Amino acid sequence: MNLSKILKNGFLVIVASLVLTACATQKKLGQTQGDVYTGTDSVEYLASGVKDRVFFATNETVLTTASRETLRKQATWLRKNSKITIVLEGHADERGTREYNLALGERRANSAKDYLMTYGISSDRISVLSYGKERPVDSGSNPLAWSKNRRSVSVKAN
Amino acid sequence: MLFRYLFILLILLPLKAFALIEVDITRGNLNPLPVAVSPLSMDEKSKSNFRKILKKDDLGSEISKVVENNLRQSGLFNPLNKNAFLQKPDIANLKPRFEDWNLIKAQALITGKVTFVDQKLRVEFRLWDVLAGKEMMALAFTTVPSNWRRVGHIITDKVYERLTGEDGYFDTRIIYVSEKGPKTNRIKKLAIMDQDGFNNKYLTLGNELVLTPRFSPTNQMVTYLSYFRNLPRVYLLDIETGMQEVVGDFPGMTFAPRFSPDGKKIIMSFAKDGNSDIYTMDLENRIVERITNHPSIDTSPSYSPDGKYITFNSDRSGYQQVYVMDSGGKNVKRISFGNGLYGTPVWSPRGDLIAFTKLHKGKFYIGVMRTDGTGERLLTENFYQEAPSWSPNGRVLIFYRETKTNSKGEGFSAKLWSIDLTGYNEKMVDTETDASDPSWSSLLTN
Repeated sequence: MNLSKILKNGFLVIVASLVLTACATQKKLGQTQGDVYTGTDSVEYLASGVKDRVFFATNETVLTTASRETLRKQATWLRKNSKITIVLEGHADERGTREYNLALGERRANSAKDYLMTYGISSDRISVLSYGKERPVDSGSNPLAWSKNRRSVSVKAN
Repeated sequence: MLFRYLFILLILLPLKAFALIEVDITRGNLNPLPVAVSPLSMDEKSKSNFRKILKKDDLGSEISKVVENNLRQSGLFNPLNKNAFLQKPDIANLKPRFEDWNLIKAQALITGKVTFVDQKLRVEFRLWDVLAGKEMMALAFTTVPSNWRRVGHIITDKVYERLTGEDGYFDTRIIYVSEKGPKTNRIKKLAIMDQDGFNNKYLTLGNELVLTPRFSPTNQMVTYLSYFRNLPRVYLLDIETGMQEVVGDFPGMTFAPRFSPDGKKIIMSFAKDGNSDIYTMDLENRIVERITNHPSIDTSPSYSPDGKYITFNSDRSGYQQVYVMDSGGKNVKRISFGNGLYGTPVWSPRGDLIAFTKLHKGKFYIGVMRTDGTGERLLTENFYQEAPSWSPNGRVLIFYRETKTNSKGEGFSAKLWSIDLTGYNEKMVDTETDASDPSWSSLLTN
C-alpha cells in the first residue's frame, strides 16, 4: 500500500514538473506559431519595414497570414522600385532527405513567387534558387532552429 | 583508363579441392572465420628494387596487411595475430605445415610471394584449407608496382569469392562529398578514395557547392549536382580527364542524378514552378524524355539492374513515400506503407531489394524492403542519417550519419558508415575530412 502511495505521490511530482517544464518551453517557443517561426532573429530588411523572408511549417509550402503580409509589402516595394530584380532562395530544415529537400525548397520559393506575381510583379523580375538544407541560417538541431531554417528569402539580384 | 592498368591473371593450378570451410554470409556472423594471412615472401633483390621504387621496406608484408584489414572489416573473418605464426612465409607458401597452423586455430591460410620482374610487380598467392590440408586456390598477378594496394584488394576479392560463394567488393572505390566549415556555410568538394579509405583524392576545389555524386557503371564518369554560378544543375565529370559538362539544357534546377545500368542515360529530377518531375537524358543523342508528370514532388530515381523499372520518391500521397514504375513511367505503384516518411530509394545490384531512408518520430533509419514493398527491415537507427549506396555484390550498404560533437547537442560531424545487409557489422569508414553522400563503384577488375 505504502509503495503505491509513494508511487502515486512520485507520479504527481513528475506530472507537476512536466507541467512546469511545459510552461517554460512554451515561453521560450513564443517565437513560433504552430511550428512556423514568427520571431525576427535572422530577419533582414529589403527596405524600412519590408522583411526579406517568410517561414513555413514542417513539410509545408503554404504561406501563413503573416507571410502573405510580408510578401505584399515586398510587392509594394518592388512596384516602387521597378528596376530591381530578386532571387527567391528556398530552404528546408535538416530533418529531411537531401534530394527531397531540394525539391521542397524550390516549391517554397515558388509559392512566394506566385504570391508576388498575383500582386503585379512580373515573373521576369523573380528567379528562384533552392538550397534545400544546404544553407541553414541557424546551425542548431532543435525545433526553434529548424523553424528559422524553413524559409524563403527574397534577395536583391542587382 | 584510370582503372585499367595492366593486370595479367594466371591460374596456377586447377581448382579441384573439396573445401571443408565455407562462410555463410546470409546471416549475422557472430563467429568470424579464423584465418592466417602470412606475410607474402620476398627475395632480397625484389625487396631492394621495391624499396627504391615505392619506398616500402617490405612490400610483401604491406600487401598482406591490406588483405588482413579487408578481411577484418568484412566482419566475416578473424585474421590471427602474426606473432603466433610458426612457419616462415617462403616455406609456408611452398608447403604449409598444417599442424602448425591448426595449432593456432587457423581454418584458412593465405600465403604468397612477391617478385620484381621486368620493372613489374608479380604477386602469387595461395589459399589453403587448413583442416582438410589442401590448397583451395592459387593465382598470380602482374601489374605496375604502384598498383600494389589494388593487388591486396584483388586477393581479398578472390579469397572472399572462394569462401563465401559470392562476388567480392574490395577492389572498389567510393566517391563522396568532403565537407568542411560551419554548418551555415559548408564547403563541399567531390572526393574519391579506395574502399578502405586509402588513395584519397579531391576532384573539385570547393568553390561551389556540390552534392550527390554517383558513378557510371564502368566507373569512368561521375554524375553529380553542382551549384556552379549559382545555377544548380546536374553535371558529368570524367574522372580521368577532369572534363566537366552540364547535362542537358533545362530552364531550372536539375538534381538527384543517377546513371542507367547500361550507362547510356542519366535519370534525374527537373524542378520548375514548384513542381519536380523525373526526366532522362540520352548521353549519345541528347534526347530528353519526361518520365513522370504529376503535380507532386517526384525525385531520387534509381533503376533496377535490368533497366526495366525505376524506384523513386514522391509525395503524391501527401507525404514522402517510395514508388516503383516501368522505365517508361507507366504502372506507378506505391510500395512503402509503414509508419513514417520514406526517401532515397536505391535498387540493389542483385535486383531483389530496395534500400531506403525512413524518418519516423524524429529518428532516421536505413532499411531495406523487397521490390513489392514487403519484408521491410530496418538495419540501423540514429538521430540523423541517410543516403544508402550498395556495395557491388549487394551485401553491404554505405551511408552517412551526422552526430553531435558534444553532450549538449552542439556542434556536428558528418561521417560515412557501412553496415551489412544482415544489420550486423556497423562501422565508421575513415575519411580525412567530414564526409557525406557516398556512392560505391562497381568492381574495378572483373
